[in-house]
Amino acid sequence: MSAAKKKKHNTEEYLRMYTQMVRIRAFEDNANQLYLSAKMPGLTHMYSGQEAVAVGICEALTPEDKITSTHRGHGHCVAKGAHFKEMFCELLGKEEGYCRGKGGSMHIADQANGNLGANAIVGGSMGIATGSALTAKRLGTGHVTVCFFGDGATAQGLWYEVMNMAALWKLPVIYACENNGYSEYTRTEEIAAGSLTARAEAFGIESFKVDGQDVLAVNKLAGELAARCRKGEGPFFLELDTYRYHGHHVGDINRDYYRAKDEETEWKSARDPITNFGKWLIDQKIMTADELVAIDNEIAADAEAAVKYALDAKYPDVREVDMHVYADTAA
Amino acid sequence: MTREITLSRAVNEAIAEEMRRDPSIILLGEDVAEAGTPFKVLSGLVEEFGTDRIIDTPISEPGFMGIAVGAAMTGLRPIVDLMFGDFLYLVMDQLCNQAAKTHYMSGGKLNVPLVLRTNMGATRRSAAQHSQSLQALVAHIPGLKVAMPSSAYEAKGLMKTAIRDNNPVVIFEDKLMYNDKAPVPEEEYLIPFGQAHIKREGRDVTLVATSSMVQVAEAAADTLSREGISAEIIDPRTIVPLDEETILRSVRKTSRAIVIDEGHQSYGVTAEIAARISEKAFYHLDAPVIRMGAMDVPVPFSPALEDITVPNAAGVADNARKICRGELIHAA
Repeated sequence: MSAAKKKKHNTEEYLRMYTQMVRIRAFEDNANQLYLSAKMPGLTHMYSGQEAVAVGICEALTPEDKITSTHRGHGHCVAKGAHFKEMFCELLGKEEGYCRGKGGSMHIADQANGNLGANAIVGGSMGIATGSALTAKRLGTGHVTVCFFGDGATAQGLWYEVMNMAALWKLPVIYACENNGYSEYTRTEEIAAGSLTARAEAFGIESFKVDGQDVLAVNKLAGELAARCRKGEGPFFLELDTYRYHGHHVGDINRDYYRAKDEETEWKSARDPITNFGKWLIDQKIMTADELVAIDNEIAADAEAAVKYALDAKYPDVREVDMHVYADTAA
Repeated sequence: MTREITLSRAVNEAIAEEMRRDPSIILLGEDVAEAGTPFKVLSGLVEEFGTDRIIDTPISEPGFMGIAVGAAMTGLRPIVDLMFGDFLYLVMDQLCNQAAKTHYMSGGKLNVPLVLRTNMGATRRSAAQHSQSLQALVAHIPGLKVAMPSSAYEAKGLMKTAIRDNNPVVIFEDKLMYNDKAPVPEEEYLIPFGQAHIKREGRDVTLVATSSMVQVAEAAADTLSREGISAEIIDPRTIVPLDEETILRSVRKTSRAIVIDEGHQSYGVTAEIAARISEKAFYHLDAPVIRMGAMDVPVPFSPALEDITVPNAAGVADNARKICRGELIHAA
């Protein structure tokens, strides 16, 4: 590959990564506003601050590769290729939502892009991800499955059971632990003894720790591990050091009792994945500040339009309430 | 051609036939391969289908249940072997929060075509954690289907239907019936879900009975017929979906009903079916609908105690006599 062609290729990738991270932040800012203005039913868990994890990993995957997501799942959904309109419709319980309004924020799934769904049981999708990898191996599809979960989920026994089987059966699955420092309202140090990577290593699973605020570092590692999974060298474990900007959920606003304001300010000002990547793009003369602002503005307008669309969209007909309890079976 | 085979053999044949037909079917569980399960129901399958499709797992019920859910969502059709029905408690999140709800929560976009085959049945002297009949627990959960074969014939036909169903299906085999023989055609057949079987026709009382309780009902009906009481026996075969119409039609004819199931009586399968009869055939009834489930106690070990915890033929006959004589036995 010529130097010029390589540079262009990388530029497109960098641009996509920047764009996808900004899209997640814009989605979450709007979702938060919908909650605060009482326009959204229920509650939701913000992904803001963790964008480099979802984007770094999903940009290393193909649309056919699978992911499983969590209650804090909007970022994974956007990063795997979902559209704002169907996502906001789902958050508002509208018919045009990805799940026809039946799942909502905590169950959003987009199977067309390989997103097997968010999960409201902490750690609940670890078996599903491992099973998806079993399908890939059995059918020889070459697809990789990434299982996203938080540090809190490492306390679930299910993880140890499925890691054991994934290692025994050499399944193409990457367990990606987003360690944002808090298990709901409790510091991770208080709920996790020893080392998380050592836990996976105990099963003979090669494990890595990476700065989850550095989208390029995450992407490079995810790309290498996905390629190795396709060659039958999986499973892998990744611990991504990251930070959630909001509380456990949108209603968790007064949180001084478990997290200091200074700590939040420090992460936001020094380690923001979007700001830092933007600066790098400008320093490397890949993009100008104006070009980045133009991208930001375009995404903000898209998000705003999608919110408006979703607010005006129809609710599902009440006759849908008992549809989809059972799938049809062809005679 | 029909020959007599055991229930165990019938299950084995059903799985083997389906696995030959559809390469996306896998089977996983503890000691399912070379061991063929402790009950030897699956003997010979690993020799034919290999360890890629008949997969021995560690003793990790939630883990392999979860793996089956994910495999089902992405293109395989797993059969999960849960060695004892009592272990259902271990897989509840994966079965009830994940498998049962995925199709609905995704607005119909994701399917979970899997079969959980497990067992039920007391009086094997296995005590409280290896003897339970927990069908009510899963029948309560929308999104799951529940089959309860009452003989080798049903076991084969229902298993084949379950494997082809696009939903999670739980099949309870009574572990005391594995060696019971019944006529089973050599030709292929399937038993559709939601179609009860009228096992015996009668005039005076309807006995709705599941799984091995069909044998209990038959013994009771034999006794009753010698006394001039004609009992009709209905085997629902699947409790979800439930063939309510066949049950109601029978009760409208006999005007009396006893519902017999080996799960605990309170909040159980018998309660649900009895309630539907009371609601929908009320004006046809000449007596209260009687529930006969297992006693509301953990299953005791001692044979002297265990045997009295489950419904038996004498008890069924006794209740039938009373309601046929117009004695409102629960009216105190």
